[in-house]
Amino acid sequence: MTTNAKFHGALAGALLSLVLLVPPALAQTEIKIGVISTLSGPTSQPGDEMNKGIDLYVKEHTKDLPAGVKVTLIYRDDTGANPDVAKRLAQELVTREHVNFLAGVVWSPNAAAIAPVATEAKIPFIIMNAAGAPITRLSPYIIRTSFTLWLVASPIGQWAAKQGWKKGYSAVSDYAPGYDAEGGFTTAFTKGGGTMVDKVRIPFPTPDYVPYIQKIKDSKPDVAFIFVPAGKDATAVMKAWNDLGLKQAGVTLVTTQDVMLDEELPNMGKVAEGIVSAGTYSNAATRASNQIFINAWQSAYGAGPIPDFMSVQGWDGMHAIFDVIKQTGGKFDGEQAMKILSNWKTDDSPRGPLAIDPATRDVIENVYIRRGEMVNGKLANVEFDTIPNVKDPWKEANPPK
Amino acid sequence: MTISRPEPSRGAGAKSAIEVFARRHRLRPMELLPWVIAIGVYFVFPDYLALGAQVLATTLFGLSADLVLGYAGIVTLGHAAFYGMGAYTAGYLAAHGVGAPVVGLVAAAAVAGLAGLLSGLVILRTQGLTLLMLTLVVCVMLQEAANKLTSITGGTDGLQGMEVSPVLGYFRFDLYGNTAYWYALAVLFLGWVFARTLVYSSFGRSLTGIRENVTRMHAIGTPVFSRLLIVYTISAAMAGVAGALIAETTQLVALNVLSVDLSGTILVMIILGGVGRLYGAFVGVPLYMIAQDRFSTIDPVYWYFWIGLLLVLIVSFARGGVLGLIDALLRRLRGSR
Repeated sequence: MTTNAKFHGALAGALLSLVLLVPPALAQTEIKIGVISTLSGPTSQPGDEMNKGIDLYVKEHTKDLPAGVKVTLIYRDDTGANPDVAKRLAQELVTREHVNFLAGVVWSPNAAAIAPVATEAKIPFIIMNAAGAPITRLSPYIIRTSFTLWLVASPIGQWAAKQGWKKGYSAVSDYAPGYDAEGGFTTAFTKGGGTMVDKVRIPFPTPDYVPYIQKIKDSKPDVAFIFVPAGKDATAVMKAWNDLGLKQAGVTLVTTQDVMLDEELPNMGKVAEGIVSAGTYSNAATRASNQIFINAWQSAYGAGPIPDFMSVQGWDGMHAIFDVIKQTGGKFDGEQAMKILSNWKTDDSPRGPLAIDPATRDVIENVYIRRGEMVNGKLANVEFDTIPNVKDPWKEANPPK
Repeated sequence: MTISRPEPSRGAGAKSAIEVFARRHRLRPMELLPWVIAIGVYFVFPDYLALGAQVLATTLFGLSADLVLGYAGIVTLGHAAFYGMGAYTAGYLAAHGVGAPVVGLVAAAAVAGLAGLLSGLVILRTQGLTLLMLTLVVCVMLQEAANKLTSITGGTDGLQGMEVSPVLGYFRFDLYGNTAYWYALAVLFLGWVFARTLVYSSFGRSLTGIRENVTRMHAIGTPVFSRLLIVYTISAAMAGVAGALIAETTQLVALNVLSVDLSGTILVMIILGGVGRLYGAFVGVPLYMIAQDRFSTIDPVYWYFWIGLLLVLIVSFARGGVLGLIDALLRRLRGSR
């Protein structure tokens, strides 16, 4: 529908300009942004969150664009973790639609498949999620405005060690993001003076988490780090945690924002109260920049949809793109855009200060330690500690060959 | 029996049967149509070659699935297992310095064929639902293995760092998909020649016999199990080649190549075209993939609905797929004449 409407709009515009014989000097510069996201299928929820953030930024800030510059978003659906589809869509966006930017991408393998397209076409590729640590190295035309699991899991390990906890336990879902989370937590925790009692990888999906939680209880650690996909798995873990009385046994559960997803909190209920997690964004944050974002979100989408870190990553990615357009007046090539993007920084992301590391083109951002608390009768991730300007620790531990 | 008695009518019948048999292998002009269209697409739709290359590779996958499902009657829900084995083989080689695409294809065929042989040895001893479940199990087990063996496959992040060298040392894979298109077309053509020869051979006829009446084939002394095993292995190798084609053009392999989802989709595609017809894949795969591409461009959020509607219509009104529908129409035209 939208494409059709756009097409008709464009057609009408073209006819109108013919009729009025507008001289070409006044013609608009159109900046096309190809967004590859997951719009259909069982995994479309994170894609939807991201797209809402992207659309919202464009809606709020189109007025700030230089005169005569117009931004067009072209959405394509990769249907999930399908790198072959994602790469083809990127090729088509470049060769058929002649986009100026590639953006979006929920899944790491999809981003990795698109990377060579960006390199060959010399088109900036703004990754707004796809959190696999090495991905930014795959093309000099990539910047990332999201996070890596190392970036989020290390600070919680560091924080746990600082609490004086000595014995740590890690239980993660048995897939690549789980390994990254485990690596981030255990490395930072042992570096801070703790020792790991055990490291467990839980098959995914798992219908019953009780045996795993019981095993944690039996090994009597001070702190347990758990990473499972958000949604029913996370809720099941927390339910088992409460039922088996681990809190009373003196074990603290820590995790990342992926497990304590803002939009899932209403479904979790009381079990998520008191859970400590590390995250780059909580929609309960009291920063002025976040209030502006939340107000814009609610006036655009109503009180129903709840923004989470995916939405903010989309918002910030568009912010970077808009800054390129504003600084160049809409006239730039891939090289020039990359020069601006790799040095991009802002103080008013809903996440607080945010920057791109020129050396790695990956994000530098604050990581907040949050606790699940009831605020005005609603469960929220309340930030109570900040670890400022975190860079991806994986890249520091694994320098490029 | 009085064989010596002259019987003119019977003689004429025998002659025509011989003629039919002799003509069976002959290439009908219609059979060149897919290739004419494929070459035409290159010149008429130069912007759609990336999609075109994927359609061609998937057609090869469909052809391989049709060999087991349509000809041998082995109902499988796990054919992606071999497609994925091929993709990972080509991917692993390309990520470890063996980037020649043709070498990747041959290795993929060998590994996927071996996987087909080994799994076939076990699962082809069963029938019906048990067989169906076991094909599913092979696929799921391989996918879980690929998820766990991150040092080889990269797990959910995908097998990265593939460096595919130019085809035959000369044709580099380009952004527009020119090389990918011709490369996939050439491989599909070879696959088609092979499959066509196979199904028209006496071996191919015996497969159809097994599909139609196993007991009778046993009774006339056909080694049923070994025939099935051979075709299963061949089909697995072909699926592996198709997977390798996709891996080489994408230059990345992820777990989706081993998914049950994909195994089901390929069946839907060939059922759409027509099962057991050799050309079912040539109609069904392009139809499904082009419809998917068009619907998802026009309506990126709700395109699944339209493709579902298309499937419902075809399954309700064209039982033998699109080709079956065409057959029925032709028959009606001839009948009314």
